[in-house]
Amino acid sequence: MDKDSNLYTFLFAAFMVLVVATVLAYTSQSLKVLQNENIRKEKMQNILSSVGINVSRDESEELYKKYITNELALRIDGSINEKISPFSDIVLAKELKKDYKNQHFPLYIAEIDSAKYYIMELRGNGLWNAIWGYISLKNDLNTIKGVSFDHKGETAGLGAEITKDWFQESFIDEKVFNNDGELIGITVLKGNNDPKNENKDDHKVDAISGSTITGDGVTSMIKERLNNYLPYFEKLNLNSKMD
Amino acid sequence: MKKLKNKNPLFLFVSKGKEPLFSKKNRQLLKDPLDDNNPITVQVLGICSALAITVQLWPAIVMTFSVIFVMACSNVIISILRDLIPNRIRIVVFLVVISSLVALVDEFLKAYAYDVSKELSIFIGLIVTNCIIMGRLEAFALGNGVWKSFLDGVGNAFGYGAILIAVAFFRELLGSGNLMGYQVIPDFIYEMGYENNGLMLLSPMALITVGIIIWIQRSRNTDLIEQR
Repeated sequence: MDKDSNLYTFLFAAFMVLVVATVLAYTSQSLKVLQNENIRKEKMQNILSSVGINVSRDESEELYKKYITNELALRIDGSINEKISPFSDIVLAKELKKDYKNQHFPLYIAEIDSAKYYIMELRGNGLWNAIWGYISLKNDLNTIKGVSFDHKGETAGLGAEITKDWFQESFIDEKVFNNDGELIGITVLKGNNDPKNENKDDHKVDAISGSTITGDGVTSMIKERLNNYLPYFEKLNLNSKMD
Repeated sequence: MKKLKNKNPLFLFVSKGKEPLFSKKNRQLLKDPLDDNNPITVQVLGICSALAITVQLWPAIVMTFSVIFVMACSNVIISILRDLIPNRIRIVVFLVVISSLVALVDEFLKAYAYDVSKELSIFIGLIVTNCIIMGRLEAFALGNGVWKSFLDGVGNAFGYGAILIAVAFFRELLGSGNLMGYQVIPDFIYEMGYENNGLMLLSPMALITVGIIIWIQRSRNTDLIEQR
C-alpha cells in the first residue's frame, strides 16, 4: 500500500490508537486495586501523623484501628449524618463543590493515652494545584496537637516543603482561636518576627522562602476549613458547660 | 573456540553482523551527547525542566533515570516502526508513543513504588514535554537502526541528566546546605556567620548555573565557540 495515501495514514492512526488504548486501559485497570490500597493506607497514615503518630504505610491500618475511636460525618449545621461513612464516602474536594447545605465534613476522634484529640480534614489551593491535609486539636478545641500537609504538585524544594516535619512542627501548640473565642487560624507569614516560633500565642508560623503562594494557601485553607466545624464545636462546648 | 567466538548472542542487534556492537561510531553515539553535543548546553533543549526540578538533587536523579527509560524505549519503538510510520502524522505518532510510555511509568510507580511516585508528582508528566526526546526521535530514530537508536537515546538522556544533576547539586548545596535532603554543611560554619543563599532556590539561578557550565565547557572545548 502507498505509505503516503490517506487510507494508509488513517488505518495506521486507527490501529495505533487501538493498540495504545488497550495497553493503557489494561494496565490501569489491573493496577487499580493496588493503587487504591496505597491511597487508602496513606490516608490513614496522614490522619495518624496529624496527631503525632508517625508510622509506615503498611502499619497504618492496624494502628488506625487502635487509636481512632470515632469517625463522624458532620453537616454544615453541626449535626451528625449517621448514614455515610466519613472515611470512605466523603471526598472533601467534591463536597466543597456542592451547595453548602449539602456539604459533609469528616471528623475523626483519636484517643491516645486517654487524651482525646479532634482531627479535621483540610483542603485548599497551593500555587500549582490542590493542597490538603489534617489538623488535630487538643481537648480544649483550641490548641493544635499536630498537622500533616500534602500537595498534588507544588514545586520541589519550595512549596513542596510544606510536607516536611520542620514546617509542620512549627504549628504544634499554636492556638486557632483568640481570647475572645474568634477563629483566627494560623497565618504562614514571611518576615515573621518570631522565626524560631517561640511565641505560641501569636497565631503565626514562619513561612518558607520562595513559596509565598503555597504558604498563603495553607493559611486560608486552615481558616476556611476550620470554619466549617464551628457549629459542631459550639455544640460540644455547650454540652461540656452543661456537664 | 574460534567458532564459538563468532556466535555472539548479541548478533541480533547488530545490523547484518558487519559492525561490532561497540564500534567507534557506536561509542560516539553514547559519548557525544555528554560533551560536544550536549542537549542542554550545546543544543539548548530541555531547558524548562532544567529550571523546574533542579532545586534538589534527589528529584533530579530520579528524573534522569525516568528520562533514560522513556527515551531509550521511545527511540527503539520509533526505530522499529520507522518504515511504517506515515510521514504526515509522524509527530503525532511520536507524541502518542512518548506519552503512553510516560503514562505506563506513572501507573507502575503508583502501584509498586508509591513513595517515589509521590516524590516526583508532576515531573513524570513533564517528561512528555521534554523536547529532547521529540528531537532525537525526529533527528535520529526515524532514520537509524534499533541498536544505534537505543545508544543514541541512552546517550542523550545521560547528557541531559548529567547537566541536571550538576545544576541540582550546586543549587541544593548552596541554597539549602543539604544534599539529598541531608545537611552537609556543618553547623560550625553557620555559627561563623555563613548563610544559605536563598536565591539559589529560585529559577533564575538555575539559568545562571547552566550558563556557568556552558562557559566552562566552551573554554575547555574551543570547537564549540561560533566563528564570527
